[in-house]
Amino acid sequence: MAQADLQVNRPEAPAGHGHPEKWKWYDYFTFNVDHKVIGIQYLVTSFLFYLVGGFMAVLMRTELATPDSDFLSPDLYNAFLTNHGTIMIFLWIVPAAIGGFGNYLIPLMIGARDMAFPKLNALAFWLNPPAGALLLGSFYFGGAQAGWTSYPPLSEITANAAQTMWILAIVMVGTSSILGSVNFLVTIWKMRVPSMAWDQIPLFCWAMVATSLLALFSTPVLAAGLILLLFDINFGTSFFKPDAGGNVVVYQHLFWFYSHPAVYLMILPIFGIMSEVIPVHARKPIFGYKAIAYSSLTICLVGLFVWVHHMFTSGTPPWMRIFFTISTLIVAVPTGIKIFSWTATLWGGKIRYTTAMLFAVGLLLMFVFGGLSGVTLGAAPFDIHVHDTYYVVGHFHYVLFGGSVFGIYAGVYHWFPKITGRMLNEPLGKVHFVLTFIGTILTFTPMHSLGMQGMPRRVAMYDPQFQGLNQLVTVGAYILAVSVIPFYFNVIWSWMKGPKAGGNPWNAMTLEWTTASPPIIENWEVLPVLTHGPYDYGFDPTAEAPAEEAIVPK
Amino acid sequence: MQGAIDSNPTATPAVAHEEHQDLRVLGLLTFLASEFLMFAGFFAVFLVFRSAIAEWPPAETEVELLLPGINTIILVSSSWVINLGTKAIKQNDLAGMRKWFGITAAMGAVFLAGQIYEYMNLGYGLKTNLFSNCFYLMTGFHGAHVFIGLVLILGVLWRSRRAGHYNDVTHVGPEMAEIYWHFVDVVWIVLFSLIYLLTLL
Amino acid sequence: MSQIPAPLLTLVIGVVVTLVSLWYGQNNHLLPLQASEQAPLVDDLFNVMMTIGTALFIVVQGTIIYFFIRFRRPKGDDTDGLPVEGNLPLEAFWTAIPAVIVVGLGIYSVSVFQEMGGFTPGGHHGHGTMVAQAPQKNVIDVGSPLLAQSEAEDSVYTNVQVYGFGASSLKEVRAPDVTVNVTGMQYAWIFRYPDTGITDGELHVPVGQDVQLMIEAQDVIHSFWVPQFRLKQDALPGQTAELRFVATREGTYPVVCAELCGAYHGAMRTQVIVHSVEDYADWVASRVAQAPSGDAAVATSRTDAEYLATATQAMPVDPTQLAQLADPVKP
Repeated sequence: MAQADLQVNRPEAPAGHGHPEKWKWYDYFTFNVDHKVIGIQYLVTSFLFYLVGGFMAVLMRTELATPDSDFLSPDLYNAFLTNHGTIMIFLWIVPAAIGGFGNYLIPLMIGARDMAFPKLNALAFWLNPPAGALLLGSFYFGGAQAGWTSYPPLSEITANAAQTMWILAIVMVGTSSILGSVNFLVTIWKMRVPSMAWDQIPLFCWAMVATSLLALFSTPVLAAGLILLLFDINFGTSFFKPDAGGNVVVYQHLFWFYSHPAVYLMILPIFGIMSEVIPVHARKPIFGYKAIAYSSLTICLVGLFVWVHHMFTSGTPPWMRIFFTISTLIVAVPTGIKIFSWTATLWGGKIRYTTAMLFAVGLLLMFVFGGLSGVTLGAAPFDIHVHDTYYVVGHFHYVLFGGSVFGIYAGVYHWFPKITGRMLNEPLGKVHFVLTFIGTILTFTPMHSLGMQGMPRRVAMYDPQFQGLNQLVTVGAYILAVSVIPFYFNVIWSWMKGPKAGGNPWNAMTLEWTTASPPIIENWEVLPVLTHGPYDYGFDPTAEAPAEEAIVPK
Repeated sequence: MQGAIDSNPTATPAVAHEEHQDLRVLGLLTFLASEFLMFAGFFAVFLVFRSAIAEWPPAETEVELLLPGINTIILVSSSWVINLGTKAIKQNDLAGMRKWFGITAAMGAVFLAGQIYEYMNLGYGLKTNLFSNCFYLMTGFHGAHVFIGLVLILGVLWRSRRAGHYNDVTHVGPEMAEIYWHFVDVVWIVLFSLIYLLTLL
Repeated sequence: MSQIPAPLLTLVIGVVVTLVSLWYGQNNHLLPLQASEQAPLVDDLFNVMMTIGTALFIVVQGTIIYFFIRFRRPKGDDTDGLPVEGNLPLEAFWTAIPAVIVVGLGIYSVSVFQEMGGFTPGGHHGHGTMVAQAPQKNVIDVGSPLLAQSEAEDSVYTNVQVYGFGASSLKEVRAPDVTVNVTGMQYAWIFRYPDTGITDGELHVPVGQDVQLMIEAQDVIHSFWVPQFRLKQDALPGQTAELRFVATREGTYPVVCAELCGAYHGAMRTQVIVHSVEDYADWVASRVAQAPSGDAAVATSRTDAEYLATATQAMPVDPTQLAQLADPVKP
C-alpha cells in the first residue's frame, strides 16, 4: 500500500510515485488503486447495468399492458423480475451511490490523497463486473426465477444452476460491500486533514459512516443465509427443506436482517448527496447540521431492528408483529428530521434552478410520498392486507426510484464538472428532469391503488379489471425509458465536448472544490487548509468562524 | 465497532507515517467484526433448530467429546503461544517470534488434522440430517478460517526470513496474524459450546 | 407581503387542510368492498393514516414548492442567502410532532391488531388442531395419492406452532363454527372440510359464522389472500397457520395467491363464496350426497391429474402443467 499517500502533512508535490501525470483511458480498465479511477469505474459500470435492469423493466411492463401472459413466457417473466430487482439493487443503486460517489468523494471531501486501503478498494470494485456477468450468464440456464428475495423452497426447486449463479453473484457483491465499508470507515475516521473536526466533515461523509456501519453489520448475515441456501441446492443439506425438518422462515429472517438495512444502504448515501447539493444551489448553510448527522446514525441503528415488517404474514408470532410495527414506525422520526431540515434549508435561500437542484427538490417531493406510504406499511394490520401487492411495489419504487435514483441523478449533475472537468448541458438536463418526474408519478402512483384493490405483485397475468391502471403504468414506464435518452446523450457528449468547468463552477465550499477539475492524481499539490465549514454560505468570509449558537430566523 | 465513532472533535487525526500501520490493524478489526456476524447467523440458525426439534442431536448423529475437547485445548492454548510470538518481536526478538509462531502453526495443523480425523470417524455425513448439516457446515467454515489463519502465520514466517522485515517498530504482519488467530479461537469457543457442550446437557 | 395578516392566513390554510384531509381520509375509495368483521377495522386504521398522511402531504409538499418558488434567485443576484444554521425550538418541534403521531399510530395499530384477533391464534390451538387432524383419516374425497401421502407424512419434524389471526378476542372461548383445511400447491388451492369430508377447489363459507382456516402449503410458499376480507396469511410448507374470520356479506370474492410460487403464480386464483346459512347447509348436503362413501380404495383410484383437473376446473391453469405437477417430484 502506497505509504507515502498518507503523509498528508508533507506540503511538497507528490512527485515520483511512479504515477503518470494523468490517467489514460486504458487505466480505467485496469486494477488501478486511485480512488477517483475506482469511483469512475463504479459509476460507469453501474450506469451500464442501470440500462440492463431498465430494459428488463420495459419488457415486463410491456407484458403487463394486457392481463394475459402473451408477450413473455411466464418463466422468462419471473427471470426478468428477479434479475431486474437484483441488478437495480446490487449493481446499480448500491455501486453507484456507495461505490461510485463514496469512493470518488470521500477522500476529496476530507482532504486525503486516497482511501486507507487502495488495493482493497480496487479489489472491492473488481468483484462487481464478474458478479454482473454471472447474473447475465445465468439466463443461459433460464435465469433465477424466485424473485430477488429467493425464498426457499421455490428457489431450491427452480432453475438450480441459475439460482446457484445468482447466489454466487450476491455473495460477491456482498463481499465487495463489506470491503468497501471497512475502507470508508477507516478513511473517514483516520484520514481527515488535521484541521477537520468531526462536526466539520461534510454530511455526505456522515451518511457514509452510517451506511458503512450498516453494511458491516448486516451483509454477513445475508451471506450466511445464502451459503445455507447454496448448500441446500447443491450439496444435499436440508436447512430450508420442510420435509426433512428444515424451516423456511429461518431463511426469511436471515434474508431480511440484511435486506431491510439494504434499503437504508441505498438511501443513506443519497441523503448525504442531498445534504451536499441543496446548500450549494440554495446558497444557504445546511439547516441543522448535527440533527442531520445524528439522524443518519439513528436510522442506521433503528434500521437494524425492523426487518420482520417484511414478514408480517409469514409464520410470525404476535409479539414480533407488534414489536416490529413499533420499531418500523419509529424510523419515520429521524427521516422526517432530514426532510424538514432540507426544506428549512430552502427557506431564505437564493435558489438556483440548476438541474442538480431540480432533482434534489424532486427527490424531496417524491420522498415525502414514499415515506408516508412507508408509514402505512409499517402498521401490521394494514400491511397484512397490502403485503406482497402492488402497493408495496409502488411504495418501494417511490423511495428507490423517486428517492435513490433521483439522488444519483442530482449527484451526477452536481459533481459531473468535478469528475470530468466539463459542464453538462443544462437545457437537456431539464428535459431529462421533466420526463423523469412525470414518468415517475405516472408509473408508480397507480400501483398503490392496484395493490389495495387486490392485485398481487410478481404476476405475469392478472385480473382484467386491473387493465386500465396497468396500461397507465406501462405508459409511465415507457416515458421513464425515454427519459434516459437525453441523459446518456448529455453525459457522453458533454464528457467529450462540453464547456470547461473550472475548479469550482458552483462556488461551493466543501474541499473537493478546492482542487482542479478533474483533480490531479493525488488530489492536491498542497493539501488544503480548512478556513471555513463545509456549508458557511452567506457569512462574511473575512469574519471569524460562526458562533456555535444558531441564528434564529425571525 | 462503536469506537469507530470518535465524536471528540479535539482528537487530532495526526496521520503520520508510523500510524499507517495502525490503520491496517484497524481495518482488520472492522472486517472481523463483520465476519463474526456471519458466524452469528449460523449460530442463530443452529439455535433455532435446536429449540424446534425435540431430539437434538437425533439418535444416530451424536457427537463425542474427547477428541474435540483435546482439540479445543490445543487451539485455545495456541492463542496464548502466538501472543508470546508477537511479544517477542516487540522486543526485537526475531528468533523468539519465529519459534512461537512455528509452534502455533504446528498446533493449528494438529487441530485441523484432528478435525479431519473426527469427520472420518463420526459415521455420518453432511447430508444425514439437520444436525449433521449444521455440524459440518459450522465446523467446516470454522476449519476454513483456521486454514486461512495458518496460511497467514506461515506467510509471516516466510517473510521473517528477510533480515529486518519485522522488528520492534514494524510488526504489523505478526500482529494481524495474531488478531486473526484470536478471532478464529473465539469463534471456536462459541462453536464448541453450542455444538458439543450444549448438546450434552 | 399582503394585506391579509399572517396569523389569519395560517389559520385559514390550517382549517382548509384539515377539512380536505378529513374528507379525503373518509372518501378515498381506495379499498375494495368490506366482507369480513376484520375489514372495517383495517379500513378505519387506513383512513386515519390517510387523513394524517393527506394533511402532512399537503403541508410539506406545499411548503417545499412554496419555498422553492418564493426563494428563487433574483436575476443577476449572485449573493448568498441568509446564514441560518438551525433553530433548536423548531427542530425539537418537528422531532416531537412525528414522534407523537408515530406513537399514537403504534398504539392504535396494536389495538386494531388485537381486535382482529392477532393475539389469540393458538388460543384454540388444541381444539382446532384436533378438529383439523382427527377426521382426516376418513376424509371421503382424499382422491389424490399425492395429497394422501402428504397427510401420512406425520414425521417428528412437523411443526405444530400455529400463527395467524384468531377469533376476535371477545370470542376467545368459542370454538369455530366451520373449520376448513386449506392447502396451497402450485398452482391451486385445495379446501377440505374435515367435519363433512368435502374437498373442493373453491372455498364455501356461511355468512356470519366463525370460520377457521388451517392453512398449509404442500410444495412452496403460497399466500392466502382475500382482498375483501383484508386478511392474508402465508401458506408455509411444514407449518400450519390459523386464520379465523367471520364473513359479513354474501357474495363471491377472489382468493389470490400473494407469494411468488412459480411461473403461473399470477394464475393461482380461486374464489370464496359466502353463502347465507341456509344455502351453505344446502351446499354441504349436496356435496355430501354426491360423494362416494368413505372408502379409501375408491378415492385412491383416481390419479393425481384427474383429481387436480376437477379441483382446478375454474382456474386458468394449463392442463399440461397439471400433468407435470401430478408427478410426485418430491424426493
